[in-house]
Amino acid sequence: MARVLLFGPLRDLAGWRERQIAAASVHELRATLASEDPELGAALGGKGVQVAVDQAVVRGDAALGPASEVAFLPPMSGG
Amino acid sequence: MSIRLTEAPFDPGALLTAFTSGRSETGAVATFTGIARAEAGRTAILELEAYPGFTEAEIGRIADQARARFGLHDLAILHRVGRIQPGEPIVFVATAAGHRRAAFEACDFLMDYLKSRAPFWKKEHGPDGERWIEPTAQDHADRERWG
Repeated sequence: MARVLLFGPLRDLAGWRERQIAAASVHELRATLASEDPELGAALGGKGVQVAVDQAVVRGDAALGPASEVAFLPPMSGG
Repeated sequence: MSIRLTEAPFDPGALLTAFTSGRSETGAVATFTGIARAEAGRTAILELEAYPGFTEAEIGRIADQARARFGLHDLAILHRVGRIQPGEPIVFVATAAGHRRAAFEACDFLMDYLKSRAPFWKKEHGPDGERWIEPTAQDHADRERWG
């Protein structure tokens, strides 16, 4: 089970901030989320949305372990 | 070097006192304190979200750049997260260097980064509802000055 975190406007759109979701890869996780909530699925693939696995930004797909933390990071506001 | 996030209000004067104490080779300390604006009543509360661990690490990478580029002796960054009221300090940056120019410039450099690139998500709550805020064109232009 990956620990999935949403930030900023993505959290408001989805209506949740953190969930445990079974997925073997980022790609599979995106597909699962998109099938549950197509609007969220589209937003996660939106311009400027970055993905971090275990707090490191990844590009494209990445394998997930049983204790992986996946964060979807929309464009940052700055402080 | 200290990089911290806090949900609690802070006293910039106390931070400056602590930062300057015990230094004998540092000739210059520059600081910047950012304060949440009321925007003529449009902002009742500013809500700032960070990704704990990730946000400090990303700020740390730019802090390392600043230390090398400006030859800093030390620096400190404290940033509020959570709900912030107008008039409350939201960010404190202090830089220590041998001479003033490096301290001033490093402080400016760090703030330009923090305002445009740092991993925060900022929401304004006001009488007309709430809205997410993105960096302005000016914020991006300010950061680009540094190459």
